[in-house]
Amino acid sequence: MQFLTYLINGISLGSVYALIALGYTMVYGIAKMLNFAHGDVIMIGSYVVFFAFGSFGLNPIVSVLLSMVVCTILGITIERVAYRPLRGAPSLAVLITAIGVSYLLQQVAQLLWKSDPKSFKSVVGLQPVSMFGGQLVISGETIVTIAACIVIMIALTLFINHTSTGHAMLAVSEDRGAAQLMGVNVNATISLTFAIGSALAAVAGALLCSSYPTLQPTTGAMPGIKAFVAAVFGGIGSIPGAFIGGILLGVIENLSKAYISTQLSDAIVFMVLIVVLLVKPTGLLGKKINVKV
Amino acid sequence: MALLEVSNLGIAFGGLQAVAQLDLSVEKGHLYGLIGPNGAGKTTVFNMLTGVYKPTEGNIVLDGKDITGKSPELISKAGIARTFQNIRLFSDMTVLDNVKVGMHNQVTYNMWTGILRLPAYKEKEHEMNREAKKLLEIFDLDGEANLKASQLPYGKQRKLEIARALATNPKLLLLDEPAAGMNPNETEELMQTVRSVRDQFGIAILLIEHDMNFVMGICEEITVLDYGRVIARGDGMTIRNNPKVIAAYLGGDD
Repeated sequence: MQFLTYLINGISLGSVYALIALGYTMVYGIAKMLNFAHGDVIMIGSYVVFFAFGSFGLNPIVSVLLSMVVCTILGITIERVAYRPLRGAPSLAVLITAIGVSYLLQQVAQLLWKSDPKSFKSVVGLQPVSMFGGQLVISGETIVTIAACIVIMIALTLFINHTSTGHAMLAVSEDRGAAQLMGVNVNATISLTFAIGSALAAVAGALLCSSYPTLQPTTGAMPGIKAFVAAVFGGIGSIPGAFIGGILLGVIENLSKAYISTQLSDAIVFMVLIVVLLVKPTGLLGKKINVKV
Repeated sequence: MALLEVSNLGIAFGGLQAVAQLDLSVEKGHLYGLIGPNGAGKTTVFNMLTGVYKPTEGNIVLDGKDITGKSPELISKAGIARTFQNIRLFSDMTVLDNVKVGMHNQVTYNMWTGILRLPAYKEKEHEMNREAKKLLEIFDLDGEANLKASQLPYGKQRKLEIARALATNPKLLLLDEPAAGMNPNETEELMQTVRSVRDQFGIAILLIEHDMNFVMGICEEITVLDYGRVIARGDGMTIRNNPKVIAAYLGGDD
């Protein structure tokens, strides 16, 4: 029964990773860049919820929606100001810019809100559910997190595969030039990708801080890196890959915390990544890259 | 006024003048050929017409509208569509979806209507599916609508590229070496398809092709480029007997 508790908590943590990993994987697939500032967008989103809900006492749903709006605008602005001028620049330049944006967001947060940890009030009002005569207790946060992840995954899959805008995104990810010549507005498509990724980051931030209630300017960094690992694990560029990678990573992390060592759990997570990449360099669901000679 | 009016078009890459002083006039419903030895600048002309390259001089006017230096997506909306020398389909998407990407600009529903699958979405999707399937029928691809584009044999991939280009509802269609890699039977079939596309859609077609039988067989006017400049223009007979053209292809002392 204890195993089941660890497993469910792992799935919940993994759901958060999956939501963040979606942002990495979509941006990589469509804009062909690694947006290392993605983790810090989560942090900004969490502060928005912290103030809106914790300090001003707004409705929790309204607070999360507000955070989504702020993160969407932030994501689009970052892309517009920092990345778009580098479209066509070598990918290393874009990568370094992304790391720079990441530090910028962290430092600005520190200036505005100081570095002392804030204690985050959970946005989930749901009571814990107790099963098997109290042997298995699942917290409201866990239930909401898993449910939110599933709903978002379904909506995103429907959007990508069954709408014209989604098809345009797929087309841009396969061949940007050809898509543009078919009348697809590439800049708008990339902006939309950042908007979706950042909105999901806001949701992930609110859920993450509800389960692990300390908030400081570096809060986004570690989950950001782990979600990146999850995206690579599942096959970067693949949406179902980000989902599966995220969940697996969360489960592995939680089980190793429970059964092996709390201190070593992060090391184990990264070790698993190394092993997966040795066996399957493109990740679990990654596309095989055929090099033509 | 002609459908497409190109005047004094030129582009230089650094010190290299790839195309210079190109004039071209394209009338609605006609078939034009653009030929020349390798490296003459034919694809560069296509890239300028579709906005992939920005010309360094000259003007491109489509249907009375100046489109010089506009972005590819705006030019696509204005009514020029193209295929590629080396096939560039969206290979992981289905044959049907490839065509539907071409219809991108005709979509009227918004994102949320799509996610929530409201009636407006279903109606428009039905209409798009119908239109896309009609296009596939013309190219005899309707049986393969749900295959991935990469699963089609080579000749059919070339046809799908033309279908996808037509889905953007163009006034002018640019075909970059449509018969490349095809056997004589396929080429013959393609000639008929290109002709019937012109007749059915009433659009102008400008094509680059190395297969002289193909070009001479269907083009009403042929422009010959060499080193980025027009060296001859006229119908098949005129071109065939032009000494400059013969020299450009076979070498000679001008």
